[in-house]
Amino acid sequence: MPGSATNHIDKPLVIAGREFSSRLIIGTGKYKDYAQNAAALAASGADIVTVAMRRVNIGNPDEPMLVDFIDPKKTVYLPNTAGCFTGEDAVRTLRLAREAGGWSLVKLEVLSDPKHLYPDMEETLRAAKMLIDDGFEVMVYCSDDPVFAKKLEDMGCAAIMPLGAPIGSGLGLQNKVNIRLIVEQTQVPVIVDAGVGTASDACVAMELGCDGVLMNTAIAEARDPVRMAKAMKHAVIAGREAYLAGRMAKKLYADPSSPLAGLI
Amino acid sequence: MLSLSKDDEADNAPNMNITLNGEPHIMAQNTSVAGLLAGLGIALAKVAVERNLSIVPRSQFESTQLVDGDKIEIVRFIGGG
Repeated sequence: MPGSATNHIDKPLVIAGREFSSRLIIGTGKYKDYAQNAAALAASGADIVTVAMRRVNIGNPDEPMLVDFIDPKKTVYLPNTAGCFTGEDAVRTLRLAREAGGWSLVKLEVLSDPKHLYPDMEETLRAAKMLIDDGFEVMVYCSDDPVFAKKLEDMGCAAIMPLGAPIGSGLGLQNKVNIRLIVEQTQVPVIVDAGVGTASDACVAMELGCDGVLMNTAIAEARDPVRMAKAMKHAVIAGREAYLAGRMAKKLYADPSSPLAGLI
Repeated sequence: MLSLSKDDEADNAPNMNITLNGEPHIMAQNTSVAGLLAGLGIALAKVAVERNLSIVPRSQFESTQLVDGDKIEIVRFIGGG
């Protein structure tokens, strides 16, 4: 029955057979400290955080560890390959991540020019193949090109993650047409990764039918990151609900909301 | 910076040179991966180790002996986007 409460329950987000209640994924970079990061995570309601792999600081083995602030048993760690510019670098990094954490769900990103951090799609395709052959479940950061997105899906990637705008730019979705084309053609989750600047950007991504949004800088570099994390939680829910509700038709002229009949 | 790892079993053994996270590192011979980590004060559960571009599984930290010239990487999770 339309309007009944049972109709308003959303399906969970399912990635590689795992269910997640939140459709927001947040990064763990650029925060003032790990404590602020953990507070933002709590405010965001996210189930998944992206993390990076880096060398241990040999001179200071007692430095704060991310795992001491965000418990990998409660929050899914999604290791990324940020900073990798070749397929081999990315595969090497994620094999280490799998050994450190014991999980095979990963985020692949193979970058090109540091100026725009656009994904090198040729290397991304090659690395995705290597990782899938090695048993990884690959969520892949990619350009917003529907042709590449299809190739990555056909190869067996667990989620397609097109950029909305360059990483860290906060410019919002630059090509809604392409994001929508990717959403329409893709059977696995589509998650906008990069480019969100504020809550309305996340909302737009969800209204287009994306299955989720991944962001880091929009929260970490807000004046109040914890409050922005809360805003993003609501934006993703609002955009998702609006998408499921189906928006009204746009009209060229006004249409009064109050009945005209019975005017005094 | 050069530093010396302590390994009780190898107190009297001669030293060897390895590359540790890209830096030269001097340590006692007959040191295992577990011994290296212990000497550095690094908790085993929080890191992954690569030796000459091959991963050393955590279950083999004790049994994997380092040799002169080894290139060792010790990595952990940090914040990232």
